Amino acid sequence: MQLIACPWCGKREETEFHYGGQAHVAYPEDPYALDDEQWAQYVFFRDNPRGPFTERWVHAAGCRRWFNALRDTVTHEFLAVHDSRTDQPATASTALASQRRKGQEAGR
Amino acid sequence: MNNPFRVRGHGHVDPDTTLSFTFDGRTYTGHPGDTLASALLANGVHHVADSIKYGRPRGVLAAGAEEPNALVQIEAPFPEPMLTATTVELYEGLVARGLSGQGRLSDRPDPARYDTLHAHCDLLVVGAGPAGLAATLTAARSGARVILVDELPQPGGSLLGSQELLDGAPATTWAGDVIAELGTCADVQVLRRTTAFGHYDDGLVLALEKRTDHLGAAAPAHVSRQRIWRIRARQVVHATGAHERPVAFDDNDRPGIMLAGSARTYLNRFGVLPGRRGVVFTTNDSAYPAALELAEAGVRIAAVVDAREEVPEHWRTACEERGIDLRAGHVVTGTSGTGRVSRAHVAAFAQGRLGDRRGVDCDLLLVSGGWNPAVALFSQARGALRYDAEAGAFVPAQPLDTVRTAGSAGGTFTLSGCLADGADAARRALAAIGGTGRAVSLPATVPLPATVPLSDGAPAQVLWRVPSPRDGQDGTHQFVDLQRDALVSDVLRATGAGLRSVEHVKRYTTIGTAHDQGRTSGVMTSGIVAEALGVDIADLGTTRFRPPVVPVAFAALAGRNRGELFDPVRVTALHPWHVEHGALFENVGQWKRPWYYPGAGETMEEAVLRESRAARTGVALMDGSTLGKIDVQGPDAGVLLDRLYTNVMSTLEVGRIRYGVMCGVDGMVVDDGTVIRVAEQEFLLTTTTGNAAKVLEWMEEWLQTEWPGLRVHLTSVTEHWATIPLVGPRSRDVLALVAPGLDVGNDAFPFMSWRDATVAGVAARVCRISFSGELAYEINVPAWYGIGVWEALLAAGDAFGITPYGTETMHVLRAEKAYPVIGQDTDGTVTPQDLGMSWVVSGKKPDFVGKRSFTRAENRRDDRKRLVGLLPADERVLLPEGAQIIATSGIPEPPVPMLGHVTSSYRSAALGRTFALALVRSGTERIGDTLYVPLDGRTVPVTVTDPVLFDQEGTRRDG
Amino acid sequence: MHASDSSPAAPGDVLPDHPDFLWRNPDPKPSYDVVIVGGGGHGLATAYYLAKNHGITDVAVLEKGWLAGGNMARNTTIIRSNYLWDESSGIYEHALKLWETLEEDLDHPILFSQRGVLNLAHSPQDIRDSKRRVYANQLNGIDAEWLEPDEVAKVCPIVNISPDVRHPVLGATYQPRAGIAKHDYVAWGFARRADDYGIDLIQDCEVTGLDIQDGRVRGVRTTRGPIAAGKVALAGAGHSSILASMAGLRLPLQSHPLQALVSELLEPVHPTVVMSNAVHVYVSQAHKGELVMGAGIDSYNGYGQRGAFHILERQMAAALELFPVFARAHMLRTWAGIVDVTPDASPIVGLTPVEDLYLNCGWGTGGFKATPGVGWCYAHTIATGEPHPYNAPFALSRFTTGALVDEHGAAAVAH
Repeated sequence: MQLIACPWCGKREETEFHYGGQAHVAYPEDPYALDDEQWAQYVFFRDNPRGPFTERWVHAAGCRRWFNALRDTVTHEFLAVHDSRTDQPATASTALASQRRKGQEAGR
Repeated sequence: MNNPFRVRGHGHVDPDTTLSFTFDGRTYTGHPGDTLASALLANGVHHVADSIKYGRPRGVLAAGAEEPNALVQIEAPFPEPMLTATTVELYEGLVARGLSGQGRLSDRPDPARYDTLHAHCDLLVVGAGPAGLAATLTAARSGARVILVDELPQPGGSLLGSQELLDGAPATTWAGDVIAELGTCADVQVLRRTTAFGHYDDGLVLALEKRTDHLGAAAPAHVSRQRIWRIRARQVVHATGAHERPVAFDDNDRPGIMLAGSARTYLNRFGVLPGRRGVVFTTNDSAYPAALELAEAGVRIAAVVDAREEVPEHWRTACEERGIDLRAGHVVTGTSGTGRVSRAHVAAFAQGRLGDRRGVDCDLLLVSGGWNPAVALFSQARGALRYDAEAGAFVPAQPLDTVRTAGSAGGTFTLSGCLADGADAARRALAAIGGTGRAVSLPATVPLPATVPLSDGAPAQVLWRVPSPRDGQDGTHQFVDLQRDALVSDVLRATGAGLRSVEHVKRYTTIGTAHDQGRTSGVMTSGIVAEALGVDIADLGTTRFRPPVVPVAFAALAGRNRGELFDPVRVTALHPWHVEHGALFENVGQWKRPWYYPGAGETMEEAVLRESRAARTGVALMDGSTLGKIDVQGPDAGVLLDRLYTNVMSTLEVGRIRYGVMCGVDGMVVDDGTVIRVAEQEFLLTTTTGNAAKVLEWMEEWLQTEWPGLRVHLTSVTEHWATIPLVGPRSRDVLALVAPGLDVGNDAFPFMSWRDATVAGVAARVCRISFSGELAYEINVPAWYGIGVWEALLAAGDAFGITPYGTETMHVLRAEKAYPVIGQDTDGTVTPQDLGMSWVVSGKKPDFVGKRSFTRAENRRDDRKRLVGLLPADERVLLPEGAQIIATSGIPEPPVPMLGHVTSSYRSAALGRTFALALVRSGTERIGDTLYVPLDGRTVPVTVTDPVLFDQEGTRRDG
Repeated sequence: MHASDSSPAAPGDVLPDHPDFLWRNPDPKPSYDVVIVGGGGHGLATAYYLAKNHGITDVAVLEKGWLAGGNMARNTTIIRSNYLWDESSGIYEHALKLWETLEEDLDHPILFSQRGVLNLAHSPQDIRDSKRRVYANQLNGIDAEWLEPDEVAKVCPIVNISPDVRHPVLGATYQPRAGIAKHDYVAWGFARRADDYGIDLIQDCEVTGLDIQDGRVRGVRTTRGPIAAGKVALAGAGHSSILASMAGLRLPLQSHPLQALVSELLEPVHPTVVMSNAVHVYVSQAHKGELVMGAGIDSYNGYGQRGAFHILERQMAAALELFPVFARAHMLRTWAGIVDVTPDASPIVGLTPVEDLYLNCGWGTGGFKATPGVGWCYAHTIATGEPHPYNAPFALSRFTTGALVDEHGAAAVAH
């Protein structure tokens, strides 16, 4: 169980949060200008990268605020948490994520 | 004679107290401080169990959690499967038996309690051996918040099993002094009998504390038996020590064959001699102290067999002085014995060739093949390992930002080195979090040869296995994993079969999959595979270390989250009344809802018919408080609701109510409910009971992440209100009695409107909505007043035969009117149009969530499933909910084409017959048709009807 | 060493020996007719059926680690076909029928044990959904029954059917032909027979790129050099999104950690397989006697093959709700796989916009049970260039048309 740094509440246990998937997937400007395939991309398709991923979380059992985070999907480590009011990093990990990842892969 | 193998002047057991225990049906004694294994050995019992596959007798190989052999089943005071005798603390009345393969679960409920505690610290130190104690002391004196966990009842770790001196006194005295000092530090917590078993992200270390196991039947019932510590540490030092590993040779599995360091532990920690006449077989220096100390204590050491040609001079001398036959450049090739070892076969060994064998009689064969740092926890923490060719072991490659190893866990094997390493690790850990570690003066070690603990200068020889002298056989009697009965020949067969990965070899041979997780066999396997394939063991690696480090009882992990606490129970303000009046309850999400209120001797069916008859002909009331309620406030509240509901909400007038449906972006119905316009900038909406939290989160998601510019606030107010639907033609009369100030006339208080009113003396909001088609009012009062208002309604309605009803009757009433229940009549594949509710989908709004999906190819199909009514030809037949619907009266061969299924099915008092709702392909077009429901091999004919079966004109809602 | 060396074998070690030879370890050739990317259960079964059913043997299976070392080695081995929708029951029942003769077909032990699967119901809505599934299964020719609580107790006496628990057992669906098999034996059986056909199983060979020219795939780039291919078939499970992205394809997949665990070996207590969604856990007792358990996925995307511990704690609590006798069983070993989950909890098997590039993914938590079935159908798809009728409904295009096969909405038992 990780500690997740809610931009409003600080570090809290992972169980207080719900995951919201990929961030910055905007509702289409005009859904009716999209063909079915383009609409399906919005509805069903999300990025699924191996490595850093910008995603949404909500502090469901806390302040109920949504926020964005940059997280490494291999180490699961949060690299930055964004204050969604500015979408600037509110916290940034000092750790070298790639080094961690190497360590993990070597330990496998 | 009791404890014939106990020696005076050694060990930390309490000889003045005697504990009685039973093993394999015989009664023995031991002392506080013993483990089951040490007590058995003190009684001369070496044979603990027979092996799982070959049924060979097996004894005690080790003295701790790495034990692969001595598995026991606890039978009393309460059965517990598969523990290692080496980790079971002895207690009065313990009954155990040796375990060959499978443990036994008790069929009685476990009476013990378990719990969980959270703890936070700057530094967590795992292991109270020399390195761990030095680390803890350093951090404690620096003022840090420290937690020290150790699996043993006493501090000292490996010091307990040695005769080391520190500052001229027994090392355990120093350990005791350290613990005493730590006890005076307010911010230091020492947890004994506590094993760190998992290291997860962000410094989360899970540890299991065995609080009362050592007390046996005397354990107080109010104290939890075991406790999971969830320790969140900023820095962690693993001072987890090292495990000695054996060497494979023929018949290396007999009782009496023991790891050398473990034999030393039995002497020094428990005062037990594991034999009378020993042979020591080693590849390194560490077995010499064991040989010398045992010899000193009275074991006749018949020979020390050292695989190395070069043996350090001081060991040579020490052996000579004691008349111990030292055979350098020799190995043990095999053993003899009926059951327990009675002879070791010794041969010269050079350039991979064996010389002539000679037998040496013994009842104890001590083996040391070197030491594996206990890196399981470090590896779990994602620490990388590297192969240390000199030690023949995998060691931590480098510390992590928040995790470092100290002492032999990191490959440091001298006592002075372990002490310094521990102190250093603590200082580095504190520095990493911006603190300063004070220098601590460490106790002086004695650099005398006889007390050199582990390899001190002379390189160890890395030897995984001794060539088998048996003709034509290769490792067919050399055990690698004693618990799995896996042999060197199995490993070689695996490589011969084409396997190149140690993970494959593990699976082929099952090595490392047993209770001990391969502590004594894992690295050895990698070594044998590497030799067989001619590859570098460093490239081959080991199998992955998987948590937990030690087995943990399910009940300990479940902790207090069982029974009522497994999942919170939510009850309404009216719940006590329901209980008192005999309601039976239905679980809806976490809520308990009254299902029906059976009268004396009434079946459910009878009760529901009675309740629904009351609602249709007189007056009835129910507890609707579980409906989710969300308060929506702000200038843009209407805009938000227009985007989320399929119909228009912003045009709703204050004082009015509208029904609404929400869809997902895929156009499928996710929830429905009513929306009240409370004020110009305030709405109150209701959700289905089970979806309240999800809908709120869903709305917040859109509001915060998609339309943060909207000035709207959302608040859950579900628990604030007690909600009482008052239903039936006489409901107006009842309401008029309890709300004399409210004009309840149809014109003054029309359908789909709400009024603030005083009801039974309580400020209430009364809504004219109906989920039954009857004249009905929904009375909302602050939850605190719920029971009072409910009872006032009952009193006022007494003359009209007012009847409380439950969810089942609610379902019947709404189904007669074809009001769908989301989640029952829908399943995530149903659109509003499928439900026949195109009227709730706005054609005017340019967009709302889900609208775009309505025009996809699948949605445009004209044969979509639609909600329809079904009337069985036999009006007594109640169709099972979930039943499938087909077109033919005969059932064809499978797969049978299915047209849909029954979503709701009831006996109707109002209709005087059974009826059902169903989702049927092209259902609307089939109205009037006869379809068939296969049941028990025959079919039931049903007529497809409009879904609304009762009061299609809607004449009843105004009374 | 033989058991006859001393006393008779103790109970609990009934696993047959593995054969003396499993497979060659060939170096990759420059070119193959078909390259299968991913040497897990699906990739190996596909290779086997390409050879057996279609006579295509110039095939390489490329595995970045060790064969069947991903989800195949990590799953809880439940096999059943009692899915709700016709499309699902079609392919899973096809698989189950193959499982029933697979041991003879492969001439390799797979320890398929048809001990039945119970899916417990804990609420009136669970009952509705369960019965709906039973009725649909029966009409689809799949063995399925609804059991009342006392009948549940007859099938599995240790299930706590007391009405006085937080989520009482109100009944269960039962599929008698369902069961478990031994995952390594299954994978190695397919691998061994594929190797017999001359198919090259190439390990430590990671695909780093796809060679695509004019909309058509020509081969793969790997850590062991480029390999030309007439056809390329992806079978990368949790890594499917990564592989597809090499062809410029974006898939409706999210990769999540899925954890599982085993206990120590125990005397037989649990004769069947029990799954529950409300009390979220699934349990069987494997051949040697260990309890094998799983639960839900971790919520977030993850490729780390590790999950969070609170998931396991929750799982233990759930297990004890259903099986109080497990209190002092011990969690011995835990692990995690990477499952690729689709929006409708159904797989994607078929063609892609790139010519001669085929896709098999999205099996989520349910891939093991489908192994022979999907191997059969995927081989057909690759060999003929057309989907097999059983995998035709699982085309990528369903997300555009909206013709989903939504197995969590209604059945809620996607494991």
